[in-house]
Amino acid sequence: MTNLIVLIPALPLLSFLILVLFGGKLSRKVAGWIGAGSIGVAALLTIIVGISFIKSLPETKSYSVVIWQWLHVGNLTANIAFRLDSLSLVFIFVITFVGFLIHIYSIGFMANDEGFTRFFAYMNLFVSSMLILVLADNILLMYLGWEGVGLCSYLLIGFLYKEPANGAAARKAFIITRIGDTAMIIGIFILFLSFGTFNIQDIMHLASAKWAIGSSLAVITAALLLGGALGKSAQLPLQTWLPDAMAGPSPVSALIHAATMVTAGVYLIARTNVLFSLAPIVQTIIAIIGALTLLIAGFSALAQHDLKRILAYSTISQIGYMFLALGVGAYSAAIFHFMIHAFFKALLFLAAGVVILVLNEEHDIFKMGGLRKRMPVVFWTFLIGSASLSALPLITADFYSKDAILWFAFSSNSGGMVLWFAGIIGAFLTALYSFRMIFITFFGEAKTEPTFNAGKLMTVPLIILATLSVIGGFIELPTSMGNFHLFSNLVNNTLPNIAIKNVEQLEWLFQLISALIASIGIYLAYRFYFKKPAYIEAFNHSRLNHFFEKGFGFDKVYDVLFVKPIVWLAEIDKKDIFDQLNISISRLAIWGNHFLSIAQNGKLRWYLLSFAIGIAFILTLMLTK
Amino acid sequence: MILIYLIVILLAGAFLAWLAGNWSAVLPRVISLVALGIDLTLLVLILFQTTTFNTKWLIDIQSNWIPQFGIGLHLALDGLSLLMLLLTFFLGIIAVIISWKEINSKVGFFHFNLLLILAGIIGVFISLDLFLFYFFWELMLVPMYFLIGIWGHENRTKASYKFFLYTQASGLLMFISILALYFVHGDSTGIYTFDYNQLLGTQMSPTTAMLIMSGFLAAFLVKLPVVPLHNWLPDAHSEAPTAGSLILAALLLKTGAYGLLRFVVPLFPSATQSFAPIGMALGVLGILYGAKLAFAQTDLKRLIAYTSVSHMGFVMLGIFSFNELAYQGVVMQMIAHGISTGALFIMAGQLSERIHTRDINQMGGLWEKAPFMGAIGLIFAMASLGLPGLGNFIAELLILIGAFKVNVLMSVLACVGLIAATLYSLRILQKVFFGKKNTDWKMNDLSIREKVVSVSLVIIIVVLGLFPQPVFDVAKPSLLKTLERTKSQESGNKTFIMTQPINQSTN
Repeated sequence: MTNLIVLIPALPLLSFLILVLFGGKLSRKVAGWIGAGSIGVAALLTIIVGISFIKSLPETKSYSVVIWQWLHVGNLTANIAFRLDSLSLVFIFVITFVGFLIHIYSIGFMANDEGFTRFFAYMNLFVSSMLILVLADNILLMYLGWEGVGLCSYLLIGFLYKEPANGAAARKAFIITRIGDTAMIIGIFILFLSFGTFNIQDIMHLASAKWAIGSSLAVITAALLLGGALGKSAQLPLQTWLPDAMAGPSPVSALIHAATMVTAGVYLIARTNVLFSLAPIVQTIIAIIGALTLLIAGFSALAQHDLKRILAYSTISQIGYMFLALGVGAYSAAIFHFMIHAFFKALLFLAAGVVILVLNEEHDIFKMGGLRKRMPVVFWTFLIGSASLSALPLITADFYSKDAILWFAFSSNSGGMVLWFAGIIGAFLTALYSFRMIFITFFGEAKTEPTFNAGKLMTVPLIILATLSVIGGFIELPTSMGNFHLFSNLVNNTLPNIAIKNVEQLEWLFQLISALIASIGIYLAYRFYFKKPAYIEAFNHSRLNHFFEKGFGFDKVYDVLFVKPIVWLAEIDKKDIFDQLNISISRLAIWGNHFLSIAQNGKLRWYLLSFAIGIAFILTLMLTK
Repeated sequence: MILIYLIVILLAGAFLAWLAGNWSAVLPRVISLVALGIDLTLLVLILFQTTTFNTKWLIDIQSNWIPQFGIGLHLALDGLSLLMLLLTFFLGIIAVIISWKEINSKVGFFHFNLLLILAGIIGVFISLDLFLFYFFWELMLVPMYFLIGIWGHENRTKASYKFFLYTQASGLLMFISILALYFVHGDSTGIYTFDYNQLLGTQMSPTTAMLIMSGFLAAFLVKLPVVPLHNWLPDAHSEAPTAGSLILAALLLKTGAYGLLRFVVPLFPSATQSFAPIGMALGVLGILYGAKLAFAQTDLKRLIAYTSVSHMGFVMLGIFSFNELAYQGVVMQMIAHGISTGALFIMAGQLSERIHTRDINQMGGLWEKAPFMGAIGLIFAMASLGLPGLGNFIAELLILIGAFKVNVLMSVLACVGLIAATLYSLRILQKVFFGKKNTDWKMNDLSIREKVVSVSLVIIIVVLGLFPQPVFDVAKPSLLKTLERTKSQESGNKTFIMTQPINQSTN
């Protein structure tokens, strides 16, 4: 059974190789089904492995398998080895299952693209790297997956390479995440040099044994790893790449920039939670960053015109919730929200992709409108997705996951009123911008006519994901209503339980408030964007709205602080100052040559004159002695 | 004897190729391929016959040359030199193949020079007599001067002068040092000899050691190159024909690194340790400054040349970290950089053969015309920025960890180089293959011959990234031997190592 784990990342890798080596000779149909099929088989294997794992939980609560020894130098050893536990199980399930649906959708979506095989090759490589990331038993192999997904993200954002703006977005994503990754690799150095191993489990055991809580090394290391997480998960202050990353095709946004890769930071922190519990200050920072990010991104989402950019800011904001949960120690709530978010956000991106495709690449929601009747399947699934995103009480999955986070933000030992309040404001914003999308895109008068109807390849995945966005929540019900903990019981095999204050009897009150807030948000969206009163029109032209739309001006600040100085520095010294020194040496030699050759001019009277001066000089010296 | 054969075959091949060039243009190419092929086969045979690398020398031959002056014909092979020879023969073959269509004038003389350079490089990697070493060191120089000066691009004359002056001047400084060492050793022991093994452990005052070492350093740091001694490199690399750039970047630079590992560190263990902080700082300077210059260039070959400066900074950083991790990283960097930068120069050559320009502002959007070339370029740009799974990552990882043990600040600054490498690598891809077509070039994708070359390089860089262990196993005894010499000095000279914050705070 354990050996099947190896096949899960190996299959997409194999299909990547097939597509790269023989892609030119395969028909689109075959290439598409190889690309999607490999993920499908991986998803099936995941289910088989998962069931057998849950049924007969091994004593270590994990399966491990070493494939080969990667490197062994001195006391440094790293293996290519996988480890499956309940945390990685949740991730590989989402990656393969949601990934499979997105691949199926892509066969329809990319049907007319000239880079069809290239697309599937990149997507397969991505899935394989992502699976390696979450299955790696050591942090070095995890870093391999981590950089691999970064590469695929770069390639897929810039997939339509002929447009320079796409290339710029792709580079921005790669460079900003690499800044975080570099912090992370330094953290990995410290871990290795402190504990002599890369194995994550061993590191965690040794860390809790050797490092005191709050010791400076623990704090520095946790902060460095956090750097990596912030970059990949597009959290403050490294969030600016994600909205631009929407330059990639919609399935890419769904898979990489919503469901899987951007949550790698969440995975990293959950996986190395021991380190963060040794560095409480860093953990508090995570909660604060999460809270700030979810607010800033929520406001920004409210002001966007581009459908995909709304979703991008929404993703940043929702991952902010996950970081908030991680920061207060609510690990299982964070992972639960990751899974639910993967369902409905993938759904929203795929549905948005259909809308944009049939409207001939129209991204601006204000040029859409009235699509409700034209494309009912997309409308209903998009509505379900948005309802889930807004945490519509009781019936949507996200209500259960977000509600848990909000509750723990208050009730956790490290939580409090302020964090909860940020979360609840965020929840209000979420409901508001979600239904702003719905009302502007699907209601009102039609401004652009759809050119064709999306086929089954695209709509069936939408329906499946919509179903999951509703029922996915029922596997984890709060203590106050149902008290059903299938999900947290599973992941708590791996992750620590949360310690909460003695306020349990208040849980229903907080649920009531969040239910109310979400409903008010939806109602206000109806008032503002369906009825369209004049003051909203005025606000849309205000400076504040513009500020929100530009994502709080981070891009501009970074441009002035980093991009311009670096480009300037490169430009002024393009010719290499040291080389100029060289050139001046040779100039000096030439100049000296000219100077001395003046003396050798063949004119006898000059020679006589210089003789005379010389003699006079020597005589003066001798006589004055 | 087999070591002598390796060189003699190349020399014989060189003269034959020159001669054959009078009758045919194909014959010199075939002769070169055969000569290099025989050498590579011989070397692979040695590799497979070796049961253990755990001996001091795998092969050690010694005979007199000019006994009056203590000059011997002493050649020896250990794991480190074996790896370097493999790289040399393999890339030598690649160099012949890529020049197949590019070089059409004076074909015989071209291959004569090519094989002569390779013979010099081989000699450098296996000489254990300092006089002989210097002989081979100079042997590399003149034919390379011709290679750049005759078959180079438009500014070749200036570039070849610059190359010659830098290398020759620094080489002379090394020669003075070799003589000084010869006399210092002779005066103290009465035995006047150039033999490496005997010169090891020569007693001398710290000042003398420092002075003599700086002569060696001059030669090796120019060759490596280290900022600010690097200015010959961008000119030479960008003006040389493709095979010349390949050999310069992939092999010639490695002789500098090899010289540091084989001669400077073992001969002057305590002097190198006092020099270590400066050495590491120079390494970091090279990493960052080289990357910064690479980012600004518009001439593709010049750009790649500056990335070499940056990557060789890692070698410098590693060598002066004095531990096994860093040293294995250095060896891996020498090989991986040889392959990956070589591949990038080959790509630049293929491009300029097709569109007759090296200016990246005139490229753009070439993926559409040449996706195969684009994919190759992508892989090696990723290698250059240190993507895990490729050989360069392993190298840089080990060097950075090794350096981190010794000097946290330097290692962290070097890590910034990883970000800088991302900037210039992605810029190459964007300017050449992605974006809008700035000029609508008519060009073909890679031919079969070019594909074979590129794919073989890709396979090697991936294998180095995923299965690097054989390289470590082969190099280990030689590296430990070198480190052993620094260890014995360490007790008397401990101040150079920064205290390790890691171990202290774990308690």
